[in-house]
Amino acid sequence: MAECHPVGFQWVVEARARGAKVFHVDPRFTRTSALADRHLPIRAGSDIVLLGALINHVLANELDFREYVLAYTNAAALVSEDFRDTEDLDGLFSGFDPETRTYDPSSWSYESTGEQAPGETLEGGLHHAKAAGADRYGSGGAAAHPSPPKDPTLRHPRCVYQILRRHFARYTPELVERLCGIPPEDFAELADAITANSGRERTTAWVYSVGWTQHTVGAQYIRTAAILQLLLGNMGRPGGGILALRGHASIQGSTDIPTLFNILPGYLAMPHAHRHENLDDYLEREGGETGFWGNRRSYLVSLLKAWWGEAATEENDFCFGHLPRLTGDHGHYTTVMGQIDGTVKGYFVVGENPAVGSSGGRAQRLGLANLDWLVVRDLTLVETATFWKDGPELETGEMRTEDIATEVFFLPAASHVEKEGTFTNTQRLLQWREKALDPVGDCRSDLWFYYHLGRLLRERLTGDEIDRPLRELTWDYPEEGEHRDPSAAAVLREINGVGPDGRALSSSTQLRPDGSTACGCWIYCGVYAGEVNHAARRRPGREQTPVAPEWGWAWPANRRILYNRASADPEGRPWSERKAYVWWDAERGEWTGHDVPDFERNKPPDYVPPEGARAEAALAGTDPFIMQSDGKGWLYVPAGLADGPLPAHYEPHESPVRNPLYGRQSNPARRIYARRESPYNPPGSPRFPYVLTTYRLTEHHTAGAMSRPLAYLAELQPELFCEVSPELAAELGLVNGGWATIVTSRTVIEARVLVTGRVRPLRIQGRTVHQVGLPYHWGWGGGGLVTGDVTNDLLPLVLDPNVYIQESKAVTCDVRPGRRPRGRAALDLLEVYRHD
Amino acid sequence: MAGGRWFSRWPVLRQLKGEDGRSDAARSARTDALRPRTEEADSVARSVCPYCAVGCGQLVYVKDGRVSQIEGDPDSPISRGRLCPKGSASKQLVTHPGRQTHVLYRRPYGTEWERLDLGAAMEMIAERVLRTRKDTWQQTHEGKVVRRTLGIAGLGGATLDNEENYLMKKLYTALGAIQVENQARI
Repeated sequence: MAECHPVGFQWVVEARARGAKVFHVDPRFTRTSALADRHLPIRAGSDIVLLGALINHVLANELDFREYVLAYTNAAALVSEDFRDTEDLDGLFSGFDPETRTYDPSSWSYESTGEQAPGETLEGGLHHAKAAGADRYGSGGAAAHPSPPKDPTLRHPRCVYQILRRHFARYTPELVERLCGIPPEDFAELADAITANSGRERTTAWVYSVGWTQHTVGAQYIRTAAILQLLLGNMGRPGGGILALRGHASIQGSTDIPTLFNILPGYLAMPHAHRHENLDDYLEREGGETGFWGNRRSYLVSLLKAWWGEAATEENDFCFGHLPRLTGDHGHYTTVMGQIDGTVKGYFVVGENPAVGSSGGRAQRLGLANLDWLVVRDLTLVETATFWKDGPELETGEMRTEDIATEVFFLPAASHVEKEGTFTNTQRLLQWREKALDPVGDCRSDLWFYYHLGRLLRERLTGDEIDRPLRELTWDYPEEGEHRDPSAAAVLREINGVGPDGRALSSSTQLRPDGSTACGCWIYCGVYAGEVNHAARRRPGREQTPVAPEWGWAWPANRRILYNRASADPEGRPWSERKAYVWWDAERGEWTGHDVPDFERNKPPDYVPPEGARAEAALAGTDPFIMQSDGKGWLYVPAGLADGPLPAHYEPHESPVRNPLYGRQSNPARRIYARRESPYNPPGSPRFPYVLTTYRLTEHHTAGAMSRPLAYLAELQPELFCEVSPELAAELGLVNGGWATIVTSRTVIEARVLVTGRVRPLRIQGRTVHQVGLPYHWGWGGGGLVTGDVTNDLLPLVLDPNVYIQESKAVTCDVRPGRRPRGRAALDLLEVYRHD
Repeated sequence: MAGGRWFSRWPVLRQLKGEDGRSDAARSARTDALRPRTEEADSVARSVCPYCAVGCGQLVYVKDGRVSQIEGDPDSPISRGRLCPKGSASKQLVTHPGRQTHVLYRRPYGTEWERLDLGAAMEMIAERVLRTRKDTWQQTHEGKVVRRTLGIAGLGGATLDNEENYLMKKLYTALGAIQVENQARI
């Protein structure tokens, strides 16, 4: 955190000064470790073992926050008799189909209430007979029954609490030592600290970045932390939570208003060809009727009205048919395979640099070289724009400029100070940026580009039916200035939405399913309430409470801590004076406190939903997790995940270590590309004995296009290096400041050697495992004042099955002293590694 | 005598006489005459750092039509005026000489970049989008209506504004392009 989010880390330092204890779990000793109470070096890829052992510690010693757990989680819910755990099936959950390598989650569901036929439960059955995955669900996810059978004593062998106990029983401190390399006394210190600092009076927070997500079990890493935090009562409370520190200025915004294939704005699923023929199909099959997702007709119809305006009517399903349909995975890496195969002909790359920034760069560049046309928009000539002129494949002779047919358009972009608009930061806070000045020359904002491209496309339309969605699209934004920039404020207002009177809406609860409201992203509804741009609010922090509600605007409804109803006990009283945040004011009949309550303001704690209630009305006054169909925090996930209802430790796809827990070495549902563009290092291969992990430096940003051209930053960190321990350096003959060659099945690169005690060899299963650390900020061009080999080229294309993120934090490699071979000789070396 | 006062105020002399060189005794008349660039700015915009997702406040100072300074915004309850090495260097991000300001074009099999007029480039891109879309249109797939093209894809960075992402998703979806992706998955 100190390395990659330094200014955010000031709050950790401040908390520590006020008595907080800080642990840093990381393969390397970093600037974060330097300011922590304790650094725990861990083998990359083994975190579920550590977190699972903490869960086991809590359960075995009954250290959970029982009142919270009983009231706010699904601990008491009974699970179907058909469910089988990884303990029963040697690493598989019930429902696995080895042919398709996917799960049928029907057997994971809660025990039937008898209302539905077996196998037709909401969370399983026909609706979700195929496994979950990024192409199956919006974040509404699957629905679970709002009131499954329960055992409040938590003794029933099929209640979630007991299933959890059995599942995690083998995650012991000894296993942590064996797989993570963390000694039992260090584990005990961590376990004692988090349990002592959880409960009524205290909370513990977990903070993570892509070190937890870029794994073939990435989503399950976060799930493991969620189980722990729910058991300890640390969700929805001040000082608690699981905080994702995201790495880009508006990466949160990029998922809220997604340029992602599987979702529409506000986490509504993109429709699927086989499941969503019309609007009613879609609404019936995407999520439950209870909780706030029960209002999804209002959210979706309002989005369709924002996009197709007058043309969207009740009679034509509000133009639902205008939405193109998915038929599977259309994610980034599958798109690259489509480029190589020739199905993808044209590609827009906007403020992104896959030629050096994505895993397996060679596959990326093979794809780029096989396009008909490519449009790149950026501040500098990034490597993605110049691969045909200077890419590494020219040096090896795999490509020749004269043979590459790709037509390339490079359009210079406006910088963040040359346009106005909002970023959404890592805490869901929208902050409006004022424009400082106009861009020069041909530089334009991406808003300008897409607005005018849309305008030009619409001018060229024919009467053809395929043009109808474009013809009927609302695309009339006011233009400003000499470049005819579309008004970003007008776009934000469309995102916020308007009511039947044409005025800006103030809350998503005003959205209607009948087409009388229009809203481009329901979770952002309210950012323009009262025709005021709340994202532009700038009341100084020193003039506000620590919650600072009048700086920017956080979705939803300017709430700063999600699910904050859980900061009060079931009766609505703060769990303790110290941790008071949001509470029920019985006199005034409303929730109140330091933040905007994440709950219906006037729903009393003793509210019991009437029979047949739907949407939020179906949740009780004690159900804080209002987006869930049962209002509970899910310790066990009865539906919605592609690789199991509980986290299980699987080794990374490439690992020098055998998985001692189960017969399954790696996540059985992980997504693999069986293609020659993406070869893998065999697990346990003596050819690739070292663990490789990648990371960022404070002084650089991602693949370097926003940092390597800057003189100050280039000087501070001029060269790619690899961090190795003194022990490994001695073993291989690596010299500090000299060169090392790093090899995987994908490629061979070179880096300067940094011999440092910051990386320690770990004892894993009785033998020494060395880890090698590589930052990934260098490339051969990109306008950089400094250049270097591309670390991401080393990485495999193997994905988490829930969200299709690549495994880039734990792979295997070999290291050799000296510089890498040049030209054809580099390929010859790879051949030796692949076939030897 | 003015010269005498200069001499007696000379920092070296004052420090030799035992005044604290880390404090007032380091100041010269020249130091006193220096003014921060921020005071001379024609305008200042309230902005946000474009690097990581913490969202530190920035103040962007403009003088004579150029960015003259970028500083942390002390009003921000997130950053309280602080910026990291990248945020502090962001004036270079927006002013460095390597920034491209012209449209460049590489024709198929071409060996060099060529200059291209922005308007012409926009027309050419629009033409290619419609042609590729027509050539690769799928009305149905496995017997189901899909009305889409797999011929056009997009990949966006996560430093784009919400408003930009919104227009991108809206336009691609209306075009029938579904392979729309972002750094957020990577």
